[in-house]
Amino acid sequence: MKFIKQLSVFIENRTGRLNEITRVLAESDINIVCVSLADTSEYGVFRLIVSNPKKAQEILNEKGFSSTLTDVIGVNLPHHFGMLNKMTEALTGAEISLSYVYALNSGKDNAQIIIKTSDNSKAEKVLKETGFELMDSVSAYNL
Amino acid sequence: MIWAKEETLSRSEIEEIQLAKLKKTVNYVYENLPAYRVKMDAVGVKPDHIKTLADVKYLPFITKQDMRDQYPFGWFAVPQKDIVRIHASSGTTGKPTVVGYTRNDLKNWAECVARLACAGGATSESVAQICFGYGMFTGALGLHSGLERIGAAIIPSSTGNTQKQIMYMKDFGTSLLVATPSYALRIGEVAMEMGLNPQKDIRLKVGLFGSEMLTEAIRAECVKVFGDQILVTSNYGMSEIGGPGVSGECEYLCGFHINEDHFLCEIIDPKTGEVLPYGEKGELVVTCLDKEAQPLVRCRTRDITRLICEPCKCGRTTIRMENFSGRTDDMLKIKGVNVFPSQIEEVLLSMDEIGPHYEIIVEKVGHTDKLTIRVELAPEKMTDDYQQLKAISKKINSKLKIILGLDTIIKLESPNTLQRFEGKAKRVRDLRPKETLKND
Repeated sequence: MKFIKQLSVFIENRTGRLNEITRVLAESDINIVCVSLADTSEYGVFRLIVSNPKKAQEILNEKGFSSTLTDVIGVNLPHHFGMLNKMTEALTGAEISLSYVYALNSGKDNAQIIIKTSDNSKAEKVLKETGFELMDSVSAYNL
Repeated sequence: MIWAKEETLSRSEIEEIQLAKLKKTVNYVYENLPAYRVKMDAVGVKPDHIKTLADVKYLPFITKQDMRDQYPFGWFAVPQKDIVRIHASSGTTGKPTVVGYTRNDLKNWAECVARLACAGGATSESVAQICFGYGMFTGALGLHSGLERIGAAIIPSSTGNTQKQIMYMKDFGTSLLVATPSYALRIGEVAMEMGLNPQKDIRLKVGLFGSEMLTEAIRAECVKVFGDQILVTSNYGMSEIGGPGVSGECEYLCGFHINEDHFLCEIIDPKTGEVLPYGEKGELVVTCLDKEAQPLVRCRTRDITRLICEPCKCGRTTIRMENFSGRTDDMLKIKGVNVFPSQIEEVLLSMDEIGPHYEIIVEKVGHTDKLTIRVELAPEKMTDDYQQLKAISKKINSKLKIILGLDTIIKLESPNTLQRFEGKAKRVRDLRPKETLKND
């Protein structure tokens, strides 16, 4: 399975900087599916799942931003008690560490989250074996 | 190629010429330049006291402040009717310093610049684009006249509109670029943004850079941008002593050959004013040996260098100035440590995680100096990993600490965030209150 390509953009902690990035994407008809950004002090990495990551990265770099594409995994979590714990148990058992987690979508019966791990290929295998449904990249881009 | 026979004389021949011209100059200024006569009388030196070249040490200095005090024409030694050109320094602080030329001065100026341009690789085949601001600044017209004397085809494109500059370079087949080193890099950057390959679409063979220090790191960066075929040299002058034409590098890049039959150079201790022995580092002091309009004697340049006497492989026998390590007035005193921006630049440019542009900010927080350096993250080094981004800042910090012995705050920024310069780059902002600077 192809990993989801997450767009990671370097962003200085400065008024209006986020606005500049989202404006470029808006003007390029790129849909933003979900984002994750923490309140770090000087700079941060603005992480996004978008409708066309490759095009988005090209446009951003052309406009003078630093961005890169990162492989991440989309995990489908049914709304039951303990589902997230089941996932972390599985990863911990396989000695895979999580770099970060954020929410992609939450529906009536399921939630989807994005995870980045120390070993994505191994994580993919382990999670599938544990019975998790993983999102394919195209459906993530088109959510 | 060597332009003039004066560049290959023996030591005794050149010193004989210098002594004769020095005696003549001192007589001339004593008779025609009241502002300097006053200075000589104040220390009791008469023209006939100058019997050897070493006796130049008895003569008083001329400082930039002396120049300003006599603004505008107090240092002209000829009547107005003999002046054929007037230039002025950029004068970023206070009044500009003015420089006048007679017809002979212009002729000598072109000759001096022609020698340096020739040493830097200019020929009559060169198509030379001059991206210095034409106007009061001596750089543009100085290089212009020297290159014209060589017979190069000159494109006087001046500064501004970088895209158009690149169009000329590409369409006119520019082979020689005159610019500040930082503007040359800017040209490369814009060319790439325009979708051009600076090594293929522009075929530069010669870069004659000036007006700003050319560090080895910036030189390497220019070669990286424009290709291995380019010879990047720097040449030296200052507006008070007539602009470019004092000295310049040859293809062996081992110092700036001085036009010794036109300029007598000494190195002094900037604090005591004492002449230092050959080979020691200090402030460069220049005496003009041929000037009619403004024959400055012992002009303080505030540039830090040393003189090199060993012969050069190029065949020129002239004494050379080592590539500059800074200016006395560029030097920052941070937490009591002397810091030259060029030292910081060397470190920054040796790292491929960041681009060649930077800004140094010095502040006072409480009673402590704080040194912050803004750098641009190279687009291809972007990573999703915070630890790796932190590691870049940390690496810069520790490399600088080895060189400076100081802790710095490294601010990573996106590409194209920092200001770009067409003329002299202003990369240092000292935000400390003025009086604390004096007390330090």
